[in-house]
Amino acid sequence: MSGTGAPQAQRGDRGPGTAVGSEVSRVVMDAEQIARACTRIAHQILEANRGAQGLVLMGIPTRGVPLAHRLATVMDDVEAVRVPVGALDVTMYRDDLRQHPTRPVGHTDLPVEVEGSTVVLVDDVLYSGRTVRAALDALGDLGRPRAVRLAVLVDRGHRELPIRADHIGSYVPTRSGEHVSVRLAETDGVDQVSIEPVAQVAPEEA
Amino acid sequence: MRHLLSAADLDRNQTTEIFDLAEEMSLVQGRPVKKLPALRGRTVVNLFFEDSTRTRSSFEIAGKWLSADVINISAKGSSVSKGESLRDTVLTVAAMGVDALVIRHHASGAPWQASRWIDAHVLNAGDGTHEHPTQALLDAFTIRRHFRRTVPDQVSFDGKTVAIVGDITHSRVARSNVLLLTTLGAQVIVVAPPTLLPSGIDSWPVLVCTDLDQVLPHADIVMMLRVQRERMSGGYFPTPREYTIGYGLTRPRLQAMKPGAAICHPGPMNRGLEISADAADAANSLILDQVAAGVSVRMSVLYELLGGSE
Repeated sequence: MSGTGAPQAQRGDRGPGTAVGSEVSRVVMDAEQIARACTRIAHQILEANRGAQGLVLMGIPTRGVPLAHRLATVMDDVEAVRVPVGALDVTMYRDDLRQHPTRPVGHTDLPVEVEGSTVVLVDDVLYSGRTVRAALDALGDLGRPRAVRLAVLVDRGHRELPIRADHIGSYVPTRSGEHVSVRLAETDGVDQVSIEPVAQVAPEEA
Repeated sequence: MRHLLSAADLDRNQTTEIFDLAEEMSLVQGRPVKKLPALRGRTVVNLFFEDSTRTRSSFEIAGKWLSADVINISAKGSSVSKGESLRDTVLTVAAMGVDALVIRHHASGAPWQASRWIDAHVLNAGDGTHEHPTQALLDAFTIRRHFRRTVPDQVSFDGKTVAIVGDITHSRVARSNVLLLTTLGAQVIVVAPPTLLPSGIDSWPVLVCTDLDQVLPHADIVMMLRVQRERMSGGYFPTPREYTIGYGLTRPRLQAMKPGAAICHPGPMNRGLEISADAADAANSLILDQVAAGVSVRMSVLYELLGGSE
């Protein structure tokens, strides 16, 4: 699916990049593509789970949470069931806590008991896999789910741990120096996934 | 933030951050696994030169729930009783490679001194008659929760009035609370007999009153301070009974409080002296909420200080 949004390439708003790679930011998913990806992922989750029985969607803050809510909305439209949506903050479980100044901790919200349910972790970008590892540890402290699945909007490769996603919105090949920027209407006012040439900000997606 | 020595170290934003995080931390209390891995491998030493139950144990629980190793050292049963100086004790403990030192000392300024001798983080857990910043934080956190029952997103205390009643002269809780509550926007009124008002009170950002009955109908929060019998050798008031008549939160005074107002007390209480049993156990008493908040707030503070890179 790579390159579908490439013709819309535009200048990066953080100024010209300094790396050897492309100096412009590329839009790789627009609002429609994000909406279609969410619809497909929601269907896939229901198909794999044979319905909404026992499902819980846990978004990883920040942008995993609105994505989880979108998936639940699609599921409601399709199966007419309210799948519980929660938030799972993984900050304190990260393995790089010591490498940064104290990180702000996000909100954890458990809509139902994790015990025995099928938890679908929802995040915006899958990168090194370290966030997902932290999420699995955090989940383990909340109870013992029957199964844990992973749904991401973007898989950008460069895994550092043996982790893969069950449901992927789009596979976006990237260089390791690039930054995948996911913006969602709920948090950023616009639905867009773009690749920024140089990681000038600390990558949040990991 | 490197140390927490005074409530004056905190501005409104930092305080709000600590409180928001404390709300998250309080959820841990209800979980099957009461443990977060954030401070794994860090060592926190509680160095207590004065007796304490709730402060020491809540710091200990807070550290342990964050996965830090917590060691308690008290003056009794340590080299302090053999005559070791504060400096030597602090340097000795720091030399073992600890990451944070929680210090309670009978001398005002002792934690501040310690923070200049060592590299570890220092938290003031009460120094003499000076400050007790984590107590002020948990008091203000409890008060914020109380206000949030009516206004869910209340952040500042603008327009609110807090009366602090009792021995202001010897109270480190009062000093820290005045600083923090004022930072958060509250109007603080200190109420005490003239003998228990410190010299220099004019320079504090507070209103001063010696008549409790005049203040009660106006206060949103009434914070009663403990009459510290161990510091009461100076004849500050004629008899305990007279103190109760003038400044105790008695049953008739409960009726005189502003509707919706709440009662705080940092504990331990002298029931029948500064606070009646009716007041301590009243529906609008926040005293047990304060104790419960102690662990969450101290977890939050430890995380703020120790959670990131050096």
